Amino acid sequence: MLHVNNLTAAIGGKQILNGLDLEVGAGEVHAIMGPNGSGKSTFAHALAGRDGYEVSGTVTLDGVDLLDMEPEARAAAGVFLGFQYPVEIPGVNNMYFLRTAVNSVRRARGETEVGARDFLKVAKEAMDLVEMKQDFLDRAVNAGFSGGEKKRNEILQMALMQPRLAILDETDSGLDIDALRVIAGGVNALRGPERSMIVITHYQRLLDYIKPDFVHVLVDGRIVESGDHTLALHLEDHGYASFVNHDLDDAPERPLTGVQS
Amino acid sequence: MSESTRTIEELTESDYEFGFSTDLDTDIAPPGLDESVVRLISSKKDEPEWLLEWRLKAYEAWRAMEEPDWAKLEIAPIDYEAISYWAAPKQKPILDSMDDVDPDIRDMFDKLGIPLHEQKMLSNVAVDAIVDSVSVTTTFKETLLEAGVIFCSFSEAVRDYPELVREHLGSVVPVRDNFFAALNSAVFSDGSFCYIPKGVRCPMELSTYFRINSMNTGQFERTLIVAEDDSHVSYLEGCTAPQRDENQLHAAVVELVAKDRAEIKYSTVQNWYPGDENGVGGIYNFVTKRGRAHTDAKISWTQVETGSAITWKYPSVILQGDRSIGEFYSVALSCKRQQADTGTKMIHIGKDTTSTIISKGISAAHGQNTYRGLVKVLRSAENARNYTQCDSLLLGKDCGAHTIPYIEVKNPGAQIEHEASTSTVGEDQLYYCRQRGMTEEDAMSMIVNGFCREVFNELPMEFAVEAQRLLSVSLEGSVG
Repeated sequence: MLHVNNLTAAIGGKQILNGLDLEVGAGEVHAIMGPNGSGKSTFAHALAGRDGYEVSGTVTLDGVDLLDMEPEARAAAGVFLGFQYPVEIPGVNNMYFLRTAVNSVRRARGETEVGARDFLKVAKEAMDLVEMKQDFLDRAVNAGFSGGEKKRNEILQMALMQPRLAILDETDSGLDIDALRVIAGGVNALRGPERSMIVITHYQRLLDYIKPDFVHVLVDGRIVESGDHTLALHLEDHGYASFVNHDLDDAPERPLTGVQS
Repeated sequence: MSESTRTIEELTESDYEFGFSTDLDTDIAPPGLDESVVRLISSKKDEPEWLLEWRLKAYEAWRAMEEPDWAKLEIAPIDYEAISYWAAPKQKPILDSMDDVDPDIRDMFDKLGIPLHEQKMLSNVAVDAIVDSVSVTTTFKETLLEAGVIFCSFSEAVRDYPELVREHLGSVVPVRDNFFAALNSAVFSDGSFCYIPKGVRCPMELSTYFRINSMNTGQFERTLIVAEDDSHVSYLEGCTAPQRDENQLHAAVVELVAKDRAEIKYSTVQNWYPGDENGVGGIYNFVTKRGRAHTDAKISWTQVETGSAITWKYPSVILQGDRSIGEFYSVALSCKRQQADTGTKMIHIGKDTTSTIISKGISAAHGQNTYRGLVKVLRSAENARNYTQCDSLLLGKDCGAHTIPYIEVKNPGAQIEHEASTSTVGEDQLYYCRQRGMTEEDAMSMIVNGFCREVFNELPMEFAVEAQRLLSVSLEGSVG
């Protein structure tokens, strides 16, 4: 499925990823954890193809080299990024946006486009998954959405786009426990043998709901430790300090303090 | 000539009809403007004496006026002596098929999704397939006639309804109003006249009909719409199709009169030739548009301005009657080297008058876009309210957006709100859309159309769709 080999990424001359290796098999869910500034989001954007990064190394999805592709081509190849901060697009109807997204990808793959009526049916099913009300579709994309609504909208998009590889960047940030449950429920429903996921998070609590097959610790732009879900539990108790050989300047000392309740 | 073809001719070449019957080819006035030219125009059009006097008064006024220089526009000097103010309209060659039409224009037709029969009409292609539209047009005419609505060329109106024209012409935009209005009043060639009798709701949007009709609008166009008490009309001027014209200077005047409880909705889509990337060519568009709203009347202007090298235009409402309502919804796009200085004037005179201004300016490439708007509340206007929202969108680093609101309030009970924003299409927004599979151009088009949503919502349905496409097509190549 996904092979990441010696991936480096720099932005504005600052090196952020320092030779990252990762293998993700079909149907697997990998959690990536790490302190602030360790390169988690950069990794997500390097996979999705955001402009402005100087990257090297190789990334292949189903044998196709992603790094030379434009973001929209990667989307067509099956890469989906659930944004940490979903972007607002005022005046653009959410339903229209979703259908355009789905049809853009279908068009790029040479598939027939979905008409408005058929799409509405599919969209309604997907909305049930994340417990969204119908009026969501009539609102402008993310404009005036609460934090929880934005994140649910991301999962809705994932459900509609049916990606091969879903990267969820801090999907749990800013969520209360009820919203977290809903979102995790949606994500779990979308797990399948043909879909791989990379779940990026600071905190272990998300992994109570989305059980990863593997957990990786990302520090200073490379993966320093990999294991199963017990690694996340270890991090909960001990923090990242043991993986970092310098002071954690911007990470909380105990990332999980007060979260587990 | 078959009956159907003749109808089309009348439709598409209405400028030729009256006063142009003699010796078309040789009737061209020498360049320059003096009293004899004004007299020539009037006599060629067989106009009554009062109209000639009116024109001459306008000409005298114009001579004493200076070209306005307060707009934020850089314009090469216009040589008014080099323009010929009366020329027999050129007969457009009739083409055999769409293959003979300029490929660029054909391409644009396709992108805009204009139906084939309309494409043919707009490009003067002679075909039988037009029959469809002819019957449609004839039906239009009959329907309007039954309702008592008068809709004809200005020349026809002068001939057939002289009292109506005389009563209202210049009643909203006086001949001395401004330099370009005075010029238009002196030399206007033709235009449209629309009259809605008391209590009549015009049975259709005057749009499709007008679109076909509008292709031969002159350089100095004059429009007058009179809506009697309790009547209603929605009028659409212009066309999303590309419009080429050899006349560089256009100075039109539009006057609207909404009597008690009447409603006029006036929508414009302007797509004149904008000139090239280096600012060569393109139309200079100096337009005076104003409506007078009587008691409980409503006048609503909606405009989508994507063409012209220079746009100088302030569709305004005089809120004269108590509880009258004025609205202005505008999208102005400046690409290439286009400059637009546009906005509105809302003059509150009556009590409890309300005005709304929603302006969306988009600047791309080297475009310069200025919103200039006046909200004036006179002492008599108790409880006047205005809401103004001016949003500017910048695409690129070399363009500019400017917002210049003027607020003059003489009545302390007025409530005036003004909101303004300037934004750019963010990298973030583009990236987000592209991550969802859209190309950069599609994403840009979607974001820009979203920005204009509130204005497009005011357009008649099928035109809203075309306006969106027009915006996308106009923006092509401005991305990145």
